[in-house]
This record gives sequence, C-alpha cells and structure tokens, in this order.
Amino acid sequence: MAEPARTLRAPHRQARPLLRRMQRYKYIYLMLIPVVLYYVIFHYAGMYYAVIAFQDYKPMRGIAGSRFVGLDNFVEFLGGVYAWRVIRNTLLINLYQIAFAFTASIVFALMIHQMADNRYKNVIQTVTYMPHFISIVVVCGLLAEFCESDGLINDVLAMLGLERTSLLANPRYFRTVFVASDIWQNVGWGTIIYLATLTGVDPSLHEAAAIDGAGRLQRIWHVNLPALMPVIVVQLIMRVGRMMLVGFDKVILLYSPATYETADVISSYVYRRGLSEMDYSYGAAVGLFNSVVNLVILVSANAFSRRVTGNSLW
Amino acid sequence: MIEKRDLPQRSLTALNYAIITLVALLCLYPCIHVLAASFSDPVRLIRHRGALLWPTGYSLRGYQTVFNNPNILIGYGNTLFYVLVGTAINIVLTSLGAYALARRGWPLRKLFVFLFVFTMYFNVGIIPTFMLVKGLGMLNTRWAIVLPVAINTWNLIVMRTSFAGVPDELQESAYLDGASDLRILCQIYVPVCKATMAVMLLFYAVEHWNSWFTSMIYLTDTGLYPLQMFVRDILLFDGAAGTTEDANAIYLKELTKYAVIVVSIVPILVVYPFVQKFFVKGVMLGSVKG
Repeated sequence: MAEPARTLRAPHRQARPLLRRMQRYKYIYLMLIPVVLYYVIFHYAGMYYAVIAFQDYKPMRGIAGSRFVGLDNFVEFLGGVYAWRVIRNTLLINLYQIAFAFTASIVFALMIHQMADNRYKNVIQTVTYMPHFISIVVVCGLLAEFCESDGLINDVLAMLGLERTSLLANPRYFRTVFVASDIWQNVGWGTIIYLATLTGVDPSLHEAAAIDGAGRLQRIWHVNLPALMPVIVVQLIMRVGRMMLVGFDKVILLYSPATYETADVISSYVYRRGLSEMDYSYGAAVGLFNSVVNLVILVSANAFSRRVTGNSLW
Repeated sequence: MIEKRDLPQRSLTALNYAIITLVALLCLYPCIHVLAASFSDPVRLIRHRGALLWPTGYSLRGYQTVFNNPNILIGYGNTLFYVLVGTAINIVLTSLGAYALARRGWPLRKLFVFLFVFTMYFNVGIIPTFMLVKGLGMLNTRWAIVLPVAINTWNLIVMRTSFAGVPDELQESAYLDGASDLRILCQIYVPVCKATMAVMLLFYAVEHWNSWFTSMIYLTDTGLYPLQMFVRDILLFDGAAGTTEDANAIYLKELTKYAVIVVSIVPILVVYPFVQKFFVKGVMLGSVKG
C-alpha cells in the first residue's frame, strides 16, 4: 500500500505548486470569467475593428476584403481643412475647463470648508451636488430655452445694458455657454474630494498658525492649500490626461452648422463623418489618432508630475 | 485691538456665506423655474419675462399633453427596463471583479488591474465600438444598451478599494468555516461595504437613466427608445414651430417642454437625498491611486 503511493508522489511534486495555487484561487478564476469576457469582448476585441482606420473599408467586402491603405486616412485628416479647427476647439474647451471649472471647485471647496454652521453646510452641499445628476439632454434643453434671444439669460444681459443675442446661434459665445454650463453642473460635485481631504487636516496646524498671528486668508493659503496640493496634482494629471477629449454628446445637442467654427470638436467630427455619413474608415482613423495623442499626453503629464512634484497616478 | 481684527474677519465670513448662498441659489434656480413653468398657463408663460419663482396662471395642460403622449409611456417603460436590468448586470459584474482584484495573495492581481485600467485611458473610439456591436448582432436590440457598459472601470476600482479595506480576519475566519469566495463576497464584503454599494447603485442607475446617445447610435426602432430620446425630441427637435400650427399649439409646446423635464427628473430627485450622504465615501475611494 505504502509503496505505490510513494512512487506516485514523485512526478506529482513537480506540478504541485502551480496546480495547488490554481486550486487555491479557483473560485477567483471562476468569478473573474464574466468580467474578463466583458473586457475581452467590449474593449480588446474592439481594438481589432480599429484596423479599418488603415483600410478603405467597404461594409460589403468586410474587413478581410477591404483594401489596405496604410496611413492615407490619417494623412487625409491632418492635411484637411477641418483638422486644425476641431483640434483647436477641443483643446480650447479643455483649457477653459481647466482654467475655470477645475479651479472653481477648489475655490468653492475652500469656501465651504470655512463655514461653521454644519446644518447649513449640508444644505449647500445637497443643493450644489444635485445638478450633476441631471441628464445632459435636459441640461441642453434648458440651455436652448434660456439662451434664446428672448430667454432668461438675455433678460439678465438686457438688464445690464447689453445687447440681446441668440447665444447658441452665435459662434462667439458657444464655448462660453459650454464651459459655463459645465461649471454650473459640476462645481459642487467637484468639491467632494477636496472637502473630504480638508476635514483630514490636523487642527493643530491651524492653531499653531493662528498663534503665529496668521489671519483666515493666510491660514487658507499656508495650511489648507498645501494640504490639498497632492490631491489637486493627481486630479490635474487626470484632467490633463483628457486634454484631447470633449464628450460629443453635449456638443451635438448644442451645436448647429452656424456654430461649427467654434463648436465642432474631434469627437463630434468623428461622429458626423464616421457614423452619420458612414465614412467608417475615416472616422475610425480620426478617433484612433485622438486616442493615441491623448494617451501620450496622459503618460507625459504623469511622468512630468512624478519628476517635479513626486505625485503621480501610477 | 480685538475690535480692529474682528471687523475684517467678520465681514470676510459674511462675504463667504453670501457667495456660497448665491452659488447654491444658481444651482437651484433652474429647477424652480422649470417646476413653476410646468404648472403655468401656456399663454401667460410665453408672455412671461425674466425670473419665474411661482407658476404664472395655473394649468395642468402640459402634464396632460405629456401623459397623453404614448411615446412618454413607452420611453418610461424602456428606461425602467434599462435601469433595472442594466444596473443589476453592473453591480454583479463589478462586485465579482472588485472581489478578485482585492483578493490578497492572488498572484495575477496586478496583471488584471493593468488590463482593466488600461481600457480607461485608451479608448478605441466610437466607430470600432459601433462595428463591434454590429458584428455581435446586437444592433437594434436591448442588449446594445446594457452590455457594452456592463462595467465602468472607475466604479470597479472604487469598489475594489472599498473591498480591500475589509479586515483580513473576517475573511480568514470565514475561510476556516469553509465558506467559498462567492459566499464571502455576498455575506461579508457586500454588507460590510454597503455604503459603497449604495453609491455604486446610484451612479450606475443614474448613468442608465440619463443615457441617450448609445440609443441614438445603436437603436433604430423607436419602440426600444429610452425616455431621454423622447425628451430630446420634445426639447430640442420641436420641428421649429411649424407654420401650419396655430398659436395655441405653439404655446402648448413650450409648456410641454417644462412638464416633460419635470417628469423625467423627478425619479432621480426622489432617490438622491437618501444616497447623498454616502457620496464622500464613493468619490474618495476612487481617488486612491493603485
């Protein structure tokens, strides 16, 4: 009885560590199957379809039968008249968002943190987080109403002695309306992360600063802001990492041919050319170009920040 | 001395409160305006100028038009389906993934974190995704609305961080009692992390409730459209006030816009206050780098 068992053990021993480890985590693998399937199908398999960016894709012929054209689609885009317009609009909207929306949340968080009355503070937080949950469709519908030349915003402008103008029909105001409504929707929501960080600031720092004669503003500047800095940097890297992205959903609801000059961004252009006009290869190429450039920006921002500030995403 | 320092400090506090209150009122105002307008008299609403804090005149004709519109009911039904089925799929898959990624000692953890997070930073774009959905035969089916967004990687990371905070001892004692991983997930992790679960539920549900452009891209059958698509048609494509219509119809159209907005956002506003207190947890966990 004992002898065959001993002979069997020898080959077994080799395989055991890996098998036993697999065995130990077998439920993990089982649980991960649907998750991995999701990522493989909807994210990694999608990358296969990206090859049409390098083809003259014809739906009738399929991917296998379509002609390979190399970088032609990319060259066509970058050499075309619209490349600069859509890249510029994308970058400008993002720059305005960083300059105004991103900083607005930080400032607003510092202000809310100064409030002593906790109940009022809760009310303010509840009210200012709410717009974040309103759908883009409704926000754009409201904007369309309020921006009309006889709409509410123009009523206010007229009161201030300014001329009435249909704000969404005028390319001059598109980005302002776009970014301002974004601030309206997200300024409160953006404060959450900063407020949570501020509650963790050691009170003795404030006491020490107060004893040294620092006023309120000085304490905000020298205690609260430095405490927020690591969070701000990480948020900023992530924000800069979306420098080439503007969601097309809000743009296509708000823009019109009259405002394309300032409103058309890369994603809305991809949508229009690729899906509406069914120029799949061209749309895929512009989209791929966008994703790659964006990834490069994110990686660079992260590397830059790690070197300069010591904070990074990974 | 004290007086001298006190005055500027106090005016600073007052200024702070004033600005914050103003911002909050600006956030709140459009909602009040919409609510007031939706109960107004159509003709008086059109003539009304400036702010609106209370209905001008009173009528329920906007709501009557909305509820007599068969599309609104179809949209509500479809949206309810997408929210319930979609969120259920989201929560199950996200919890399973988060549990695996939070599992200590599992050697492949880092590899999978990378594979999943990479998709967050590199998106192939809408055209390949559209072709993929088409290739899977999901165009114009309900699956196209819920499956491509089955996991939000950001939420997955948030949940993983939350699960990683569950004390080791709880898990180990459950193992010794012979509980399987699936059971540990359902009976220990989910109840312990119920605040995070609540926030995830809300985030996913709101995402489905507000989603419209996946429907626009993937669906052609209006019978499958969610509410937001019909809301969009009413709000933004109102046929530019057709010339054949009489003035009353145009007035009513304006009123209907406000009523449909109210009808479409009320469900969210009802749930929102109950989950709001958990937000800090949900948002903070996502900010932990990993």
